[in-house]
Amino acid sequence: MMSDLRELYQEVIVDHNRNPRNFGRPEGTNREAQGYNPLCGDKVTVYLRVENGVVADAAFEGSGCAISTASASLMTEALKGKTEAEAERLFEDFHGMVAGSGRHPDLGKLEVLSGVREFPARIKCATLAWHTLDAALKGKGEPVKTE
Amino acid sequence: MSTVTDRMAARPRAAGYDVERLRAEFPILATKVHGKPLVYLDNAATTQKPRAVIAAEAEYYERYNANIHRGVHTLSQRATEAYEATRERVRGFINAASPKEIVFVRGTTEAINLVAQSYGRSRLRQGDEILISGMEHHSNIVPWQLLCAQIGAVLRVVPIGGAGEFLFDAYSKLLGPRTRLVAVSHISNALGSVIPVKHVIAFAHQRGVPVLVDGAQAVAHAGVDVRSLDCDFYAFSGHKIYGPTGIGVLYGKEALLEVMPPYQGGGDMISTVTFENSTWADLPYKFEAGTPNIAGVIALGAALEFVATIGLEAIAAHEAELLDYATARVAEIPGLRIIGTAAEKAGILSFVLDRIHPHDIGTILDQHGVAVRAGHHCAMPVMQHFNVPATARASFALYNTRPEVDALIGAIHKAKEMFG
Repeated sequence: MMSDLRELYQEVIVDHNRNPRNFGRPEGTNREAQGYNPLCGDKVTVYLRVENGVVADAAFEGSGCAISTASASLMTEALKGKTEAEAERLFEDFHGMVAGSGRHPDLGKLEVLSGVREFPARIKCATLAWHTLDAALKGKGEPVKTE
Repeated sequence: MSTVTDRMAARPRAAGYDVERLRAEFPILATKVHGKPLVYLDNAATTQKPRAVIAAEAEYYERYNANIHRGVHTLSQRATEAYEATRERVRGFINAASPKEIVFVRGTTEAINLVAQSYGRSRLRQGDEILISGMEHHSNIVPWQLLCAQIGAVLRVVPIGGAGEFLFDAYSKLLGPRTRLVAVSHISNALGSVIPVKHVIAFAHQRGVPVLVDGAQAVAHAGVDVRSLDCDFYAFSGHKIYGPTGIGVLYGKEALLEVMPPYQGGGDMISTVTFENSTWADLPYKFEAGTPNIAGVIALGAALEFVATIGLEAIAAHEAELLDYATARVAEIPGLRIIGTAAEKAGILSFVLDRIHPHDIGTILDQHGVAVRAGHHCAMPVMQHFNVPATARASFALYNTRPEVDALIGAIHKAKEMFG
């Protein structure tokens, strides 16, 4: 029982929740999107600076639970230097890891969020920032909702 | 910690209240969650069901399932009798003057929508005002917003006090010459605050304004006497008083219901139908179009009988003692803030923890078998008032115990350890 919980709330997640990386709105971003989970009230805004098809900078703002905050924080770290196509692929792979078939390539540090699979009520917490990223990459104007 | 616990232990317990015997009536309470005994503290969302309720529903389907009010055959008559017997039981339970004043609906939400669309739409005009409180559940906000959009009426809101209390002064000032309806909850589902509805109603009536009371959160925790309150409408749901989901009650004063147009059209609510014109059935059938939730009504009757046998006063005393105990225990937890500290509260303990989001609290508590609600409790304006995104909420019922409160406290400490 407690091992499941530890699996969910690994040290890395607790750390990223307490000290989110890339939090705030940096200068010079040229893509952004908002995400909202009406069920729980979690809100996130994802900011990107995309140059020549490469994510040069990624950041986020918002409020949410440990899972959604850590997921957003880890996502912004993973994105930097990725091409847009690679970022989209990462979104799909991450989604597959926490919500889909479960089969996915090794996602490195993001693997700490794989335990979310065992907590169906929390999957949307983990994917909110990623759906928002997807919207930012696709230049969607409408806020993303997970419900 | 021991001092508070000792102090609480010194309080007199509700005499003759045998909680273990009552627990035995609820099969689900023997369930284990993640290998731990279920500690069910989400009663404000829905209560568990005693055997008598489950059996009543099963008996109807196994022995006398038939449609009501139309069959000459034996089963239909039995079903009709059981259905109407529950109407009479509800009447007695809330002390209505007549069974004609008891309308079966899907739940509190449908009851309020019925009043908004039937009473509101036929009586209110552009520029008229509907006055609600700031601590309403969405189901006592949105139906009025829909009505306002339809007819150009205006929704006014009585602000919440700092402790989550109802501000009567503000209410008395907001109730103005254009106010045509007041709609307030009896007990706030997010905070547990008890609204002094009797005074609210008396004040409105002095100005000729009718009052709807949302009793969803109150009906299982406080004795409801609609004639003593003198409310014009009272709405509640069966599933929050140990009955099934999908069944609820709208009480309305007969004189008001009599002049209100039907809410929905269909079978069972008509007197005569031609293609040129139809006439409506008498009360309460005018408001019960279509085959109703017959099994739900019958099982609701069993739930009310179950509650009446224990006695709402005894239940309320037991829950008040649990709430006092839980409030004192959580007050000892550093970094915990109770949301809603009104002097008059019932059954609900909403709280937030420093640096731990309510959803994380909810997940961790669940792993310890403790079921609480984490979220905005369908009361987003209340969350905004207290400047929190959400709260964790423990809510008590007649079967909860002090050891269960202790399990809650223990699980909160585990959550704090996990988040350091």
